[in-house]
Amino acid sequence: MSENNLAQKQDLLRLLDQDYHQTHDQLARQLGVTPALVGQMIRELEDDRILVKCQPIINWEKAGLEDVVALIEVKITPQREVGFDAIAARIYRFPEVRNLFLMSGTYDLAVTVEGANLKEVAQFVSTKLATIDGVVSTTTHFVLKKYKEEGVIIDDEEADRRLLVTP
Amino acid sequence: MSWADRVSPLVRSIPPSGIRRFFDIVAEMSGVVSLGVGEPDFVTPWHIRESCVHGLQRGYTSYTSNYGLLELRQEIARMLEADYGVVYDPKCEALITVGVSEALDLAMRALLSPGDEVLVPEPCYVSYNACVSLAGGVPVSVCSSRENEFRVTVDQLAAALTPRTKALLIGYPNNPTGAVMSREDLAAIARFAEQHDLIVISDEIYASLTYDGEHTCFASLPDMRDRTILLNGFSKAYAMTGWRIGYAMGNADFIGAMTKIHQYTMLCAPITAQIAAIEAIKQGTASRNKMVDEYDRRRRLMVDGLRNLGLDCFEPRGAFYVFPSIHNTGLTSLQFAEQLLQAEKVALVPGDAFGACGEGFVRCSYASSSKNLADALDRIGRFVTPLLK
Repeated sequence: MSENNLAQKQDLLRLLDQDYHQTHDQLARQLGVTPALVGQMIRELEDDRILVKCQPIINWEKAGLEDVVALIEVKITPQREVGFDAIAARIYRFPEVRNLFLMSGTYDLAVTVEGANLKEVAQFVSTKLATIDGVVSTTTHFVLKKYKEEGVIIDDEEADRRLLVTP
Repeated sequence: MSWADRVSPLVRSIPPSGIRRFFDIVAEMSGVVSLGVGEPDFVTPWHIRESCVHGLQRGYTSYTSNYGLLELRQEIARMLEADYGVVYDPKCEALITVGVSEALDLAMRALLSPGDEVLVPEPCYVSYNACVSLAGGVPVSVCSSRENEFRVTVDQLAAALTPRTKALLIGYPNNPTGAVMSREDLAAIARFAEQHDLIVISDEIYASLTYDGEHTCFASLPDMRDRTILLNGFSKAYAMTGWRIGYAMGNADFIGAMTKIHQYTMLCAPITAQIAAIEAIKQGTASRNKMVDEYDRRRRLMVDGLRNLGLDCFEPRGAFYVFPSIHNTGLTSLQFAEQLLQAEKVALVPGDAFGACGEGFVRCSYASSSKNLADALDRIGRFVTPLLK
């Protein structure tokens, strides 16, 4: 990637981060390039897995499809050669796992798990997660309310309150 | 005699702001994409708002010193020394005001005697001339030109000089043109001011919004500190327009005189907003820089977009305005603005609202999301393309 090209791609990513729901044409005009180039850059970013995925943030509670989310602290024994990665890989392949981070501090892995109800999540932790070789302990915290997700305030948007013409 | 006749002749003689009239038209319409807004589209960064809430919770609800909170004055003095190497005594050479607007009014009232003339390079912010007039002075318009990218020259100033000229009122980076003056440009003005013993009022509210280079603080030029009243504030740099916090820096005699008026008319700027301003100046650099980067990206989008439509547009290096020429459309600024609004619902401000030499230009603010700007450019394109054939 040339430096100029990199800067352009970073600008493109910023625009997508603000609002991914824009056409190539809209993006092209903001970047001052052709829509074809935008398409090409997006393909390259996807191929390089820099642009990993664009997905909406949904207020499921409001949509009437409430599910249960838990943050689970997991302590593990790292393994020779592969360290934490092998255990992490075993955990993140479960579709129930939404996020998985390696942490510094008092525990090793932070796991976010989603399920239809409390029982489903509890069952996943006790039968799947806690039983993996190398997992020493788990502490499960259920989410009671989401205020902000992925940088977006769920239900308290700040509107543009400016007058239309000011000096 | 009607009530209107009882209003002072001086106030009656001052024309209402050209922007106000246009605002009334726009306010009636819906679905307008506005490039007419002279304030940041960002909300004040949360840490600044939060500091104000915290201040209220701790009971900071009283008057402050007429000069403003000492801590705020100290922080401003510290920043000016660090950024520009210009040193002020926060105790007697700094005054916190209700926006730069108040500071400008105070400066004029503190300096001018009836009939004193003030050189005002145009196009300029809408209140410059009115503030001079209300203080009993006479504003003398000095036209800057597109050819020199709206930087005023010593020759232009010299042509307007009379024995009554007392002061020079400049504002760079400039609203509405986005023009900035280089250090050399300003040094020439400084020599001129010294030669003719003029006081310089320098409104530097857009100083932080300078792209491609460093802002030069007029007071930092050799021998200019005592001759200059430096005006600045928090509105543009920290997206704090509604908080109304500005400041004036200058020699103790000027600041003392301004403070005398301030103490009888305003008493002090609101303490809540002063507390927020302390947070802004101490912790706000990162959020400020982020906003400046975003403006810079939009600036390039707007300049390229307008040029691609066939409108002549010099590259603005400051503030958040572009000032394209609409001469080749065959319309006046007002016609252009009104017809564009009716046809495509894009609001911008006719250039003559900022002085006669703004005729033939329009002010486009890019303090709006890049999506809005791209949309506005499309609409402007549909409007001007047939006119330029």
